[in-house]
Amino acid sequence: MSGHGAVSGDSLISLSASVLAERLHSGELSSVEVTQAHLDRIAEVDGDIHAFLHVSADALKTAAEVDGARRLGAKLSPLAGVPVAIKDVLCTQDMPSTAGSRILEGWIPPYDATVVAKLRKARLIPLGKTNMDEFAMGSSTEHSAFGPTHNPWDLERIPGGSGGGSAAAVAAFEAPLALGSDTGGSIRQPAAVTGTVGMKPTYGGVSRYGAIALASSLDQVGPVTRTVLDAALLHDVIGGHDEHDSTSLTDAWPSFADAARAGAASGSLTGVRVGVVKELGGEGFQAGVSARFAEALDLMASAGAEIVEVSAPSFRYAIAAYYLILPAEASSNLAKFDSVRFGLRVNPPGGGTVEDVMAATREVGFGPEVKRRIILGTYALSAGYYDAYYGSAQKVRTLIQRDFDSAFSRADVLVSPAAPTTAFKLGEKLEDPLAMYLNDVTTIPANLAGVPGMGLPMGLAPEDGLPTGIQIMAPAHEDARIYTVGATLEALLEQSWGRTLISQAPGHPSMPLPDERAARLEGGTR
Amino acid sequence: MPDTTPPPLDSAQVAHLASLARIALTADEIEKLTGELGVIIESIAKVSEVATPDVPATSHPIPLSNVFRPDVPGATLTVEQALSGAPERDGDRFKVSAILGEEQ
Repeated sequence: MSGHGAVSGDSLISLSASVLAERLHSGELSSVEVTQAHLDRIAEVDGDIHAFLHVSADALKTAAEVDGARRLGAKLSPLAGVPVAIKDVLCTQDMPSTAGSRILEGWIPPYDATVVAKLRKARLIPLGKTNMDEFAMGSSTEHSAFGPTHNPWDLERIPGGSGGGSAAAVAAFEAPLALGSDTGGSIRQPAAVTGTVGMKPTYGGVSRYGAIALASSLDQVGPVTRTVLDAALLHDVIGGHDEHDSTSLTDAWPSFADAARAGAASGSLTGVRVGVVKELGGEGFQAGVSARFAEALDLMASAGAEIVEVSAPSFRYAIAAYYLILPAEASSNLAKFDSVRFGLRVNPPGGGTVEDVMAATREVGFGPEVKRRIILGTYALSAGYYDAYYGSAQKVRTLIQRDFDSAFSRADVLVSPAAPTTAFKLGEKLEDPLAMYLNDVTTIPANLAGVPGMGLPMGLAPEDGLPTGIQIMAPAHEDARIYTVGATLEALLEQSWGRTLISQAPGHPSMPLPDERAARLEGGTR
Repeated sequence: MPDTTPPPLDSAQVAHLASLARIALTADEIEKLTGELGVIIESIAKVSEVATPDVPATSHPIPLSNVFRPDVPGATLTVEQALSGAPERDGDRFKVSAILGEEQ
């Protein structure tokens, strides 16, 4: 991939959100120009990528309003005028919100999610809604009812999931920023396989009001970007207490952007204890992922970090516990799709009672993975099995929290690969649900314990030239620590590469669509 | 905690679960799901290995208690907003099929 040439610094869409924000504030750029450039990019490449389920018709109008306010001297927030893509799991009162499901096709919610309202208040420009596995169930975006998203690095490969649309949108320069949601890795794993940055905040750090719920004790909304600073800037916009969410924390959060800037400026990790989780590596991890991870550790050590190995034996049970807790909560959360108040209604032949209509609707409206998990959750909660399954899973959750406590007594941050492999081929794991579930082995523990975690690029795997990601975790409430360490590591890695990882993407704006890619598309891959 | 491993899942059980979950699965789907869920359940049943009686359960990663708001009326959806996504309406109400079947 090194043959693709240098990055064109002039291309608007290749700029990070923080640089765009500076140029918008200085008046060098207008929001209309920036927004138009991204809409043009979407028109150019989204036929291939399919990151978006809906593109906003109001983006340019909103951008013009922000430009007008700026001309009049209004005091605007740091990211005012910067476009942002929104995962379709979040309610938007001006755009359909389907969560990737047929059962919500065309549904326009009567209210905005709190995070969306915060984007609008900070005057970012919503570009549209991004594709996802149906109700966020999946690791590949192949479970979307509206067709998969394609990885910009290789269109035959998955962009990760469930938030593959948001990750692909920023990786393909269709948007500088996006929102995702992470229940078991749906922000961090897509970041890893698309060469982007994704942050799952501390549970309760970002409001979930208006986020279509998957598993309420695990779900968390967070930023999806190309740089650590951009993630911090977006986190600063969406974070904070919300009275509409009873799980929302009342912490007085520090500026994450300041934390990221401090980390990038220092270039040093002296005094930082970096814990390597023994159970989140080794067997089952792709060789190139392990190699890049080892290099990242060396780089951190050379910058002064103290590398310590920590053991978290209960993590071996994390996937098992997760696939009991998640389906149990999902089967309950998805009961609201009952064909009565909103969404699809299918009347069975010859009519029937409201229950018959409900069953017919859910049969047609839900895809196979959603049905699988609802049935699994119903089973896990069944009388007689409850203690053996759901009850045991909740105990494993306690053990995992204890392992985190113990690990964080010896380390300031914990690290692991963010995903065990690079992006796999579309279709490769679709018929093997269990193999698909194993993709989240590295990310699930953080959700079970509620701690924050970030996925960020750590280089290309030598064997396939595809992105790999490192995960950084911190204790609950210590999100700022991740931004500081993450920004330092990002700066160190980019120094060692002499460029950013994403600038090597074949879909980079300075690159034409590779011929073989175009040929493949004509061959009917999608 | 009883040390009883639940019996393997069979298709009759899957059909029953589907009816509880209000999903009108086809016979083919029931058959396919029985096999898939069997493999998944076998894999996740290992949670009971470490879930000893002395370990307390955790339902929530960062528990908060007594989350109240003042008991005063706030903004609510209008009737039109609430009905905006309804599959069928009758005036200001959601319209549904009969709740009870003829035999009930």
